[in-house]
Amino acid sequence: MTENKFNHHHHILPLKVYLGIGSALIFLTVVTVAVAQLHLGQFNLVVALGIAVLKATLVGLFFMHLKYDNKIFGVIFLSSLCFLGIFIIITMSDTLRRGDIYPEVGTPIISKSAIYDNMPQDSTHEGEEHHGEATGGH
Amino acid sequence: MNDNKIIETHPAENTPEWFQHHFTDSEQQQESAKLGMWVFLLTEVLFFGGLFCAYAIYRAWHPEMFYNAHKALDWRMGGLNTIVLIISSVTMALSIRSFQLNQQKQGLWLLVVTLACAVTFMVVKYFEYAHKFHVGQLPGKFYHFTGIEGTNPHIFFSVYFLMTGLHGIHVLAGMGVITWLILRAKRGHFGPDYYTPVEVTGLYWHLVDMVWIFLFPLFYLIG
Repeated sequence: MTENKFNHHHHILPLKVYLGIGSALIFLTVVTVAVAQLHLGQFNLVVALGIAVLKATLVGLFFMHLKYDNKIFGVIFLSSLCFLGIFIIITMSDTLRRGDIYPEVGTPIISKSAIYDNMPQDSTHEGEEHHGEATGGH
Repeated sequence: MNDNKIIETHPAENTPEWFQHHFTDSEQQQESAKLGMWVFLLTEVLFFGGLFCAYAIYRAWHPEMFYNAHKALDWRMGGLNTIVLIISSVTMALSIRSFQLNQQKQGLWLLVVTLACAVTFMVVKYFEYAHKFHVGQLPGKFYHFTGIEGTNPHIFFSVYFLMTGLHGIHVLAGMGVITWLILRAKRGHFGPDYYTPVEVTGLYWHLVDMVWIFLFPLFYLIG
């Protein structure tokens, strides 16, 4: 068929690419669950998010065709992630440093929400502010 | 630049039904549709991003409570839902590929399988939510469960229901659109020359999958 303005055909990925990436995603899910069983402290979050980023990259590049499409789509998507990054980084750099100068502002004002006032006390609660105790700052 | 894309004046009878005449050719039409969807996906990233930021703040303020509360979630159901969505992304991508190869029946069935995966996801989610409602692990002021240690465990469930709920709404919306695609595919609307609606729906669906890829470890697998 001679190409006219109605039948521009695009790059078609082979079946095994889709199946391969799908298998990789399932494998990485299993890895994520397995690593979560290990106790790596703060590193757990880093590893879990790192694997999630890798999975998202595979979905974006291959399933969403960013590797083969017009580069503007990748630029648009990356820019959304950049702005999300700015949002979270600036917010966290504020909220995590609130107690640096005045410790009083480092934690929420009310440590225990009022919704627990009418709930039966659970014996597993330790170190909680007990309802009715006279303490300052509430 | 490209000799094939001559601007011609076509009489209306000779053009395919799906072709919109304000475009130069089908490639420009398809690229424009994808551009529109990618810009929409940008807004979706920021939409969920705000909630991810809220998650980060509350988890930073109450790390032990988040750890304790997350045990109320069943990682096997979350894991199953992750696999289900990954499979649905594969079938969605393969459906587009089928239409590219003029395998219309296969394309239609792959859309049906994608829809079935989405239904499965929502059924699993229903069981998860139903259990939480039953024991009182509800968002915000409706929370009345007493088995979780730490300050203000209702915060965890507030963030959980907001994020997974918003994601679930996106899955439902996707199910509606995929159903519409199935009806159009049955009428033979899609083929190698025109599969754009399936492609842009696929882009949306992959983003929904991506969001869950992050939600799963953040809620179900707190180490």
